[in-house]
Formats: sequence, structure tokens, C-alpha cells
Amino acid sequence: MNIANLVAEKGSAIVPMPLQIKAGHLLYKAKRKAGIYKEFPEFVETTVPDVSTLAIDDIDVSNPFLFKQNRWESYFKRLRDERPVHFQKNSLFGPFWSITRYEDIMFVDKHHELFSSEPFIVIGAAPKELSVEMFIAMDPPKHDVQRQAVQGVVAPKNLKEMEGLIRSRTQEVLDSLPLDKPFDWVEKVSVELTARMLATLLDFPYEKRQKLVYWSDLAGGGAATTGGSNDTDELFRGMADMAKHFSQLWREKEAKTAAGEPGGFDLISLLQSNDATKDLIDKPMEFLGNLALLIVGGNDTTRNSMSGGVLALNQFPDEFTKLKNDPSLIPNMVSEIIRWQTPLAHMRRIAKEDVELNGQTIKKGDKVVMWYASGNRDERAIDQPDQFIIDRKGARNHLSFGFGVHRCMGNRLAELQLRILWEELLARFGNIEVIAEPEHVQSNFVKGYSKMMVKLAAK
Amino acid sequence: MASITFIEHDGTEHAVEIEPGKSLMQTAIDNGVPGIDADCGGECACGTCHVIVEGKWISTTGSASEDELQMLDLTPERDDNSRLACQINTSEAMDGMVARLPEFQM
Repeated sequence: MNIANLVAEKGSAIVPMPLQIKAGHLLYKAKRKAGIYKEFPEFVETTVPDVSTLAIDDIDVSNPFLFKQNRWESYFKRLRDERPVHFQKNSLFGPFWSITRYEDIMFVDKHHELFSSEPFIVIGAAPKELSVEMFIAMDPPKHDVQRQAVQGVVAPKNLKEMEGLIRSRTQEVLDSLPLDKPFDWVEKVSVELTARMLATLLDFPYEKRQKLVYWSDLAGGGAATTGGSNDTDELFRGMADMAKHFSQLWREKEAKTAAGEPGGFDLISLLQSNDATKDLIDKPMEFLGNLALLIVGGNDTTRNSMSGGVLALNQFPDEFTKLKNDPSLIPNMVSEIIRWQTPLAHMRRIAKEDVELNGQTIKKGDKVVMWYASGNRDERAIDQPDQFIIDRKGARNHLSFGFGVHRCMGNRLAELQLRILWEELLARFGNIEVIAEPEHVQSNFVKGYSKMMVKLAAK
Repeated sequence: MASITFIEHDGTEHAVEIEPGKSLMQTAIDNGVPGIDADCGGECACGTCHVIVEGKWISTTGSASEDELQMLDLTPERDDNSRLACQINTSEAMDGMVARLPEFQM
């Protein structure tokens, strides 16, 4: 790579960050060539065995095909019943503890002084050369400072201002859908709507919004981090491209402010107007990490809840009837969708000291994975947990947003988006029929859909 | 009867009877006071039962613990007298207390 050309091509003001990623990529490749790094093995899909045929110690819920083949429920039920705090010593992601019951997950999530979120919150690890820093993977007090700088963008007050815009963009998407003709709900609705929302929040060029989707899928879908199918080289290239685009956006906003234009309510404007983060661009790994966090956080999650709700109502048709008869159930149903789907299956921690939990001793330094997807189906905490019940009592008491200081920052935005979606859907369509088995994502982290064919009927 | 009054953000008042020993959060929920979500069910782990205790009553309820402050930091409507209602144990001594609800729960 010729650095002089790169500088000339991109303009000196925006070179540092993409360059740093590219340099990191070169170093990573060199180390791999020299055999210092081993290539993370590609996951090859095989049939997930019936859990009852396995010895308890051999159960490995990091297998990314558990969700893809939709076999996860029986696996986690067995762990919850027989070994709720379970140690798997040989996974491809290294040894790890699984926490599978609601109450134990609440305990781990609450006690950040016992369980650290650093350096990653997914089961695997990213290469050192791409160790972006994000506040979800920081402990207090640094976490608190960074989170407070950005949480205003999704604070309810800001959202109230945005509700009209969210609704009109939702209407546009829904009005373009065909009637009585099969189409992919994931692509046409879930991905499209979340991409539009992200572009709005970030004030990102609207016509390039698919890039946000691509980066998010890359950042959340690495083989070494979550058992996905993306390779590390692609991840480096994607992050360099993302760095380039966001550096440009940052500089453009800076120039506008310098020219006396009023600041917006988008994320970058908020970062620039806060003392704690106004120079964030000078810390490339933190800058990139926090943007990646907000993109992934606002993308896979809502996307898969948008698909999951449709699927749930098809699997539980009486609930669909109940909903059509009483649309005032939408807000409660939104919480139930988020529980039933649990779009992010886990969060991981590292024990900071020895901790006794449910009869097991977790040693200092051990990796601990809280399986929200399991806790949300825990019969001990939730009545008939496998049932989708739109007027469920206590529907808000689900684990999908996490608890404690890392609780999902965008929870109110997610609820708002889903509420508006269902209000607008019920106003337009008499039925949304899932006409084929949906395809599930390969991951142990993102619990979602890559394809779901549906057919709409007029009201 | 000993009572506590919740005042919603729009000014609507709800006077409810004190059942000593019950948390302020549970008292609100059991009496159908709107605006308390209580997503974590009283574990001091979500911040969605935020109330602002009026005036001198903060000395009766006591101020927020360190864990509680950490959760309260997540809400932009935080006030000096902010508390999580699940962390307040009600007693007869709170007769006449006023707790204001924020516009939004986080």
C-alpha cells in the first residue's frame, strides 16, 4: 500500500482513522502469515444432535447452529433443569460458564463489581489490531461518562420529537408492499425500516443507508466473535470504510458548526456538543467502537423483533385475532415480542473474583455468558414461557434489554418503532401470512432471521 | 388512613393508602398509579420506577444508595431528590408525603 497515494486520495483531514485500521489489518495479516495468529476455523454446518443424547458436560451452547436449526429451546431447557450454571471447557471460544436461569442472570447483570464487561461482551474475541472500544464493554466509571454523553440521542424527550418522522417513514415502506404476492419480509420491511431509522439518528446520507446495515452485519457476525460466517479480513475492510465515512461526516458537521449553523439532534452533533466526547475523533478506536455499538445496537435487535412479531402471531393465530379485536394491546404485545424473540441471545462477562452461584464456583478470570434467550423462557420466573401471549401480565419484566448499568440505552426507541409498525400494519392489512419456514441467522449472539416469506391480505 | 400522594407529570394526583413495609413501587403498582414501569420487578436494576420525593420528605425516606445512584444516572430527568421507588420501604411516618413522577421512565 502506498501511503502517499492514500493521503492524496482521501485528503489529509480524514486520513488517520482509516489508515490506522488498514495498518492494523496489515499487521494482523503479517502475524497470521508468520503463524503467530491461527486462523479461526470456519464453522461447517452439521445437524445439531438431539440434546437428550448428550452427556451434560458435553453440551456446548456456543454452537452457532443451535439457533440456525431452531434447536435451542431443548438445549437451554436441559441446562436450566439439570445444570443451570454450566461449565463447557472445550468450546471453540475457549472455556465458558453458561448462566441460564432468570434469577441468576439478574444477579450477574446487576453485579458489575463482580463481573466485568471488559474487554468484549460477546462470547468470542476480535483480533487485537481491531480492538475498538465501546462503552458497553467498559466498566464504571469510564462507562458512565461515555454513555451519558450519547444517551440523549435516544432519550424519550428526543424520541417524542421524532415520532412523526418515524411514522411517516414507516408508512412509506408499508405503502410500497405488494398485496397477495409473496415477498421477503426481512428484506423489504425489517431491514429497510431499521436502516432508515439508523440513517435518521446518525444523520447519515440517506441514499447510502444500506452501508449501515452492511457494517452492522459485519461487526456483529464474525466467526471468531459470535460464530458467524464473516471472515476477519472482510471485517477489517468494512471497518476501514466505516471509519472513512464517519470521519467525513464528523468533519462536515464540525465545519457547519464553525460556520455558525445550529447543531442538530443527531448522534454526531450530540457527541460534538458534549465536553466529554467533543474530541472523540482523536481517539479512533473509541470513536469507531461507539459508533459500531450504536449501529449494531439499533439494527439486528429491532430488525429481528420486527420479523419475530410476525412469526409469533402466525404460530399463535388466536393472539392475532385478539390483537385485531383490540389494537390497544399493541404496547403490551411489543414487550411480549421482545421477550419471545430475545434478538440478542447473550452477553458475556469476566469474573473479577471467585463467585459462588447456584452450587458452582466461578473462578476469578472465568468467562461467564448470560443467556438472555434462556432466562426469558425460564419456567421458574415466567408463566408458560414458550407461549406468546400478547396481553401477558408483567410482559415488561423480560431480560432482553439486560439489567443494571448496561441496560439497553435504546429500549424506548425500540418500543416506539415496534409500536408504530404494528399500529400502521393493523391500519392497512387484514392478514400477514408467513408462507414458508423462515431462515435463521448463523450466530450464537444474534437470534434472528435472514429470510421470511410472507403474503399480505388487504383489510 | 395514612397516605402518600403521587403526582403525575401532567399534575394528576393519586392519594394511596400506606401499607407499612411495602415498597413505594409496589404501593404505586397495587393502586394502579400510572407512570411506574418497574421492569426489573424491584431489583434496583432498571431505573423505571423513578420518583422525585418532594421537599423535606427526603429526610424521611433517606437518600439514594450508591447502586441506586448508578441507575438514576441513566435518566436525564434526575433531580437531587430522585429515588427509585422500589428502594423505599413505606412506613406510617410517610403520612402526607408527596412523590412526583417524571415525564418519562427510562
